[in-house]
Amino acid sequence: MGTVAGIIDIGLGNIDSVRRALTFMGFANQLCAKIDDLENVDRIIFPGVGNFYKASEVLKETRFNIAIKEHVLHLNKPILGICLGMQLLCDRGYEGGEAEGLKLISGEVVKLEKGNSSERVPHMGWNEVHFKNKSILFKDIPDRMDFYFNHSYHFSKVEQNKVVSVTPYANGFVSTVEDKNVFGVQFHPEKSQELGLQLLKNFMEL
Amino acid sequence: MLKVRVIPIVMLDGYSVVKTIKFSTRRNLGNPITVAQIYNTRNVDELILLDIDASKHEEKIDQFIISEISSKCFMPLTVGGGIRSVDDVRLLLKAGADKVVINSEGYRNPQLIKECSDEFGSQCIVGSVDVKKESDGSYKCYSNGGVQATGKDPMQWIESLEDFGVGEIIINSIDRDGTMAGYDIELIEKISQHVGVPLIVAGGAKDEMDCVKAMKAGANAISAASIFHFTDITPEQVKNELKENGYPVRKIFSRN
Repeated sequence: MGTVAGIIDIGLGNIDSVRRALTFMGFANQLCAKIDDLENVDRIIFPGVGNFYKASEVLKETRFNIAIKEHVLHLNKPILGICLGMQLLCDRGYEGGEAEGLKLISGEVVKLEKGNSSERVPHMGWNEVHFKNKSILFKDIPDRMDFYFNHSYHFSKVEQNKVVSVTPYANGFVSTVEDKNVFGVQFHPEKSQELGLQLLKNFMEL
Repeated sequence: MLKVRVIPIVMLDGYSVVKTIKFSTRRNLGNPITVAQIYNTRNVDELILLDIDASKHEEKIDQFIISEISSKCFMPLTVGGGIRSVDDVRLLLKAGADKVVINSEGYRNPQLIKECSDEFGSQCIVGSVDVKKESDGSYKCYSNGGVQATGKDPMQWIESLEDFGVGEIIINSIDRDGTMAGYDIELIEKISQHVGVPLIVAGGAKDEMDCVKAMKAGANAISAASIFHFTDITPEQVKNELKENGYPVRKIFSRN
């Protein structure tokens, strides 16, 4: 049996895009709509779009908040958070009201502040990912390549050694975080064409 | 730096790709899935897919087409046509859309925009505004595929759309649509002074230099259909011209 990715499916947006990208590259995957589904997978991908507060509530209601930590911290399964899924790795966020994250990587999620008058929020489109620390996630990917972003909030107050990349917008924000088997990307690898597929491949082949 | 996006627009009349002139005369251009795949291999920055008949016929853009495209094209998809409910948006996002476009229903039920942006985030919701220049020189918004006058001033309407929670605006000039006579630069300049979210411009793109002019007028992204369907100009050439003129464009990566 090859590596199976579990994609957390709790109604937080376009999960199917991630599933299709994995299938396209030949990686086994399944949707995880309830916590027991996590038993059968050895990688967790947590995609999401939407509102931090609502997502935090759903994580609690479904008990995924406890189950994800169990599988990641005790069973050592690698997790990749994408966009809102990355933001939810943090301690707390402020979109839609203050709410708790999964507390897998210390930090807070706050609104993007325009760095200058020509910038517009949401941060929407292709922007560069500048490496700060080496990561296996970016194997075979050069520094300063463009990935697809679409967000209004960002992960802040991250410890320096957990910042893999920053992106030059809104005075520079953290676009990739990593702590052992916990990975998070603010951009959408599943929508970043060949570049994003390479990143997903790297995660599946960890 | 955030890169300038060059975005082909694919218009559908249900199941075929079409291109209109001034929202009227049509040419049929074939299968949307094939068209999307061609753009995908050309590494375009994003694709806009709009069903231009959906609102008129009280239908919706076909979800199957979107899920087929998103199984093969791993790029941003902005999708619209006949969106009337939060569930319509949910289904399109599930089918692989990254952003959903609301146009006609926004005039009838602006609350829908608020509900959708609360549910999915404003970065998911794009407000599309079709504009015509009236005989007195003023600009006015039209709905239902450009046939119904709303009486609304586009500058004011865009401010309202932002208040309701759209995360992006597409402005389309009905007079220039399909003419390849050049973007309405005056309109873009006016709108860009009133908009706080990213602005995509559409309608009338003539050539590479015209796209540069639209950027100078305040656009954040360039979109076009006719020049990509009917001329030799490719999105890549537009990007090269933008780059020559000092606008940042995306670097392309290929896996081994």
